[in-house]
Amino acid sequence: MSASPGRIAPKKRPGRRLAAAPVEGARSGFEAESDSTRIRTRGLTKNYDDLVAVDHLDLDVHAGEIFGLLGQNGAGKTTTILMLLGLTEPTSGSARVVGLDPARAPLQVKRRVGYMPDSVGFYGDLSGRENLRYTARLNRIPRELAETTIEEVLEQVGLASRAEDKTDTYSRGMLQRLGIADALVKDPDVLILDEPTTAIDPLGVVEVLDLLRRLVDERGMSILLSSHLLNQVQSVCDRIGIFASGRLIGQGTMAQLAQRFGDGRHQLEIGLDLANGDDGSRARAKLAAVPGVVSVDDGARDNDPWVVTMAPGADPIAVRSEVLRVVATEGLPLASIRAVVPSLEDIYRRAVARPAVASAPSGSAGTPTRAPASAGDVPAARHEPAIQPEPATRTLDPVEPVTLPTPETSREDRA
Amino acid sequence: MSAVPVQPTRSVPGSGWTVVAAKEFGDHLLSARFTVLVIVLGLAAAIPLYFAASAIREVASGVTDAQAIFIALFWLAPSVSGQVTLPSVAGFLAYVAPLLGLAFAFDAINGERAQGTLPRLLSQPIHRDDVVNGKFLAGLAVIGLVLVSVIGAISAFGLIRLGIVPDPAELLRIVLWVLVTFVYVSLWLAFGMLLSVVVRRAATSALIGFGAWLLLTFFGGLIVSLIGGFIAPLTGSAEEILRNNGMQEGLRRLLPDTLYREASLSLLNPQVTSVSTPATIGSYDQAQQRIPSLLSLDQSFILVWPQVVGLVAMMVACFALAYVLFMRQEVRA
Repeated sequence: MSASPGRIAPKKRPGRRLAAAPVEGARSGFEAESDSTRIRTRGLTKNYDDLVAVDHLDLDVHAGEIFGLLGQNGAGKTTTILMLLGLTEPTSGSARVVGLDPARAPLQVKRRVGYMPDSVGFYGDLSGRENLRYTARLNRIPRELAETTIEEVLEQVGLASRAEDKTDTYSRGMLQRLGIADALVKDPDVLILDEPTTAIDPLGVVEVLDLLRRLVDERGMSILLSSHLLNQVQSVCDRIGIFASGRLIGQGTMAQLAQRFGDGRHQLEIGLDLANGDDGSRARAKLAAVPGVVSVDDGARDNDPWVVTMAPGADPIAVRSEVLRVVATEGLPLASIRAVVPSLEDIYRRAVARPAVASAPSGSAGTPTRAPASAGDVPAARHEPAIQPEPATRTLDPVEPVTLPTPETSREDRA
Repeated sequence: MSAVPVQPTRSVPGSGWTVVAAKEFGDHLLSARFTVLVIVLGLAAAIPLYFAASAIREVASGVTDAQAIFIALFWLAPSVSGQVTLPSVAGFLAYVAPLLGLAFAFDAINGERAQGTLPRLLSQPIHRDDVVNGKFLAGLAVIGLVLVSVIGAISAFGLIRLGIVPDPAELLRIVLWVLVTFVYVSLWLAFGMLLSVVVRRAATSALIGFGAWLLLTFFGGLIVSLIGGFIAPLTGSAEEILRNNGMQEGLRRLLPDTLYREASLSLLNPQVTSVSTPATIGSYDQAQQRIPSLLSLDQSFILVWPQVVGLVAMMVACFALAYVLFMRQEVRA
């Protein structure tokens, strides 16, 4: 990828990282819609016979932000995207994309929205450039403008050197890059990317995410991207929406989500070089005796650092320095210490599990190693294997929607 | 690269089907199947034409005032070295022409699905029916091109071989025959389109299309005769035989192949004065007493008008069904 910063021509709208602060009254309805809202859905619902694919979705994506849609397979992400493009009719509810109803004015919407579908494909007997030319023609872009734009986007996604090769010879990752270029050919205001990076190699992903970031910052584009690659979403998205069973069970920034789906307690990881078991039990007792510490637990594996969990109300800084003091005075062989920051993975897993856990009995069967301190509490999942067996009760419980963050809180957070 | 402002020309409303059709037409022309079909169709027409020309030369050398000899090139079923009788040019084309239609449509929609290009295509600012319309029109254009060039080429070949210049009426007959052939091939194009919408795999839809072609053009007549033999056996009095024969003929006309053969034979051969066998003794007698004569072009055309309308109706029905099903399909596989 040879895209240097500044390759992206700034558009009339100068993008700012946080340009998307909603205008007062923007949330009261479509009439009061502000310019910064690019995608807005209210009560958007799609049923396939008995199956509810998307259930009363309220979603807002503003100009100049990257919004990440997270969710398991079949959670309704792609259906939502198809409704936003007017490719599927919603059963009920409404959607506005760049201020237009995609069901009524699909052509205008599709002219301004670049879309890259999941497992994107191209005409294999045409070259990459010819494929993009076709897209440009379908968008009625004048020939000369199309040629320069195609050259530019091919450069941006790092395919300029392979542009004349037939797409039959492309790898999956190259096809995904070409898919992004294809979505950019029409110079869209909104970019919708369905699983854009699943087949791109790790270094390529960094380049692509960097490109997306620059498109948003420099052009004021807004990007809706769906993915299940949590760390990528975490690294590039301004706001995140978590999908489960067709419902958006939470949306907001990482901090907001951490606040909503975290358990409000802080944790420390402490690694000690312990020679024998006696030292271990002594050290454990000393640490557990620190005021504000609720429990000291082993890590997931034998030599993993211990996890020190603080009481919900405890001041994390005070506890941390107290722990350090104890370590120093007791002469414990400290190898490492760090505060546990909840990752998107933790948040996501809790958010998806939460509705069921809330109605499950205390001491949830799925997490026996670290007994939760209070009923309905889920311990931090930082050290657990990525896939944990779900408690049997969870599948039987109806999925209750968690109340969405109020507009006020999200506005404060953005400011 | 300098900033490129959004051009106002982008908002010009246009018809997406022209873009789709242009792309598809280009793809067809460059495809291997185009070359293969031109060769197959050319051979299928040129071989019987060669023998027909030889046969005509033998006959025509002694005749001075023969009418409509050139056009006999197309309908005369020549015998090769006095033993084997080949089908005529028109007869050969009736067998092969459906392949032309099927080949350019069997993977029109499911091919896009398989390649993963359909969602991308539909997310461009075009109407959904632009895809199916554009593809159908591109197919029609290619079919027209192939038919006109192949038949033009073999006509020229016949002209050189025979040395007889066709008169304008004969030329007009050939043109009309090409048009009817075009309609017949379009019917198969529409059928292929329907398959490509309904069947998810291109290979499967090609096989089904191939099977339908074999069934309808080769075995269709046999099967219909068999069924007709049960429903309306040719036994009993002369009246009954004639009536039942009429019924069997009606049954056969459910096959597009029959309709096309009747239409093309009447259009090419002015000596054909009737496409049906008489249904009563009286009209049978009349037909026996009729003086052999050549029909004028408009009379020939009136004779086959129902057949042509039938073919057009079948084509429209196939395409309409493909269209409706495609519009109702989910974008996702």
